[in-house]
Amino acid sequence: MNHWPFILAAYGLTGAGTLALVSLSWLEMRCAERLADRIGRDE
Amino acid sequence: MHIFANPARFLKIARPLTGWLGWSGALLTLAALAAGLFASPRDYLQGESVRIMYVHVPAAWLGMAGWTGIAVASAMQLVWRHPLAAVAARAIAVPGAVFAALCLVTGSLWGRPTWGTYWEWDGRMTSMLVLLFLYLGFIALGEADRDRGGEGRVVAIFGLVGAINLPVIHYSVVWWNTLHQGQSVSFLRGTSSIAAPMLWPLLASALGFTLLFGAVVLMRMRAELARAKAEARLRRMANE
Repeated sequence: MNHWPFILAAYGLTGAGTLALVSLSWLEMRCAERLADRIGRDE
Repeated sequence: MHIFANPARFLKIARPLTGWLGWSGALLTLAALAAGLFASPRDYLQGESVRIMYVHVPAAWLGMAGWTGIAVASAMQLVWRHPLAAVAARAIAVPGAVFAALCLVTGSLWGRPTWGTYWEWDGRMTSMLVLLFLYLGFIALGEADRDRGGEGRVVAIFGLVGAINLPVIHYSVVWWNTLHQGQSVSFLRGTSSIAAPMLWPLLASALGFTLLFGAVVLMRMRAELARAKAEARLRRMANE
């Protein structure tokens, strides 16, 4: 049995999952901090 | 830990630390995974499929370490009422669930060429699946509690009780005759049955993913603190 399709699928899924997790968390943080700063300036 | 209970002091440390953890984790993970794919040797018994270990083991470690973090934060919330403890527990839950899910999927992909099956209801795999369900329950309970304006005590108790599954996962390969292999590395005893050319990329990958996990937790904590700050300011403006 060729093992490489399983290896590439495992690496691909881990890479995609980690990248999505980091990107979405960063985006969420940036949006929330910008909103808090904007409201702070308006106050 | 008490000195980090103050959100302002926490943010002063978390802001520069997020970038450092994120970038060093990303670089270390990429280097370790490249070494795992191209530089480390194939296993004499498992062949090339052993390379899945470099993503599967860090995912398993983070899935379990995540819930350990939730249990510690929950205990701190219940005992000392730390204002940041509940925020930390909620911030750990989503990355913990992602890595528990990745552990199950990569383990399944490793199992097919090694054992001839994607899934077996053995002790290790079943207890890991239970951990994923615990994460999903914790996330749902946390959201429901926040929507109802609760103090998060029930969520913290759930986080603490759920930790009972951690020793079950760890000792499942000892207690039951499982398909899953036993422990290969013991930090407590300082022993390893893995050869050095395979062990170093594995440790580097585990450390790299751990740094990334830390960065993600800090990002999620910062987001929640910023949202709370914005909501408090909006309430103040509405009352004026």
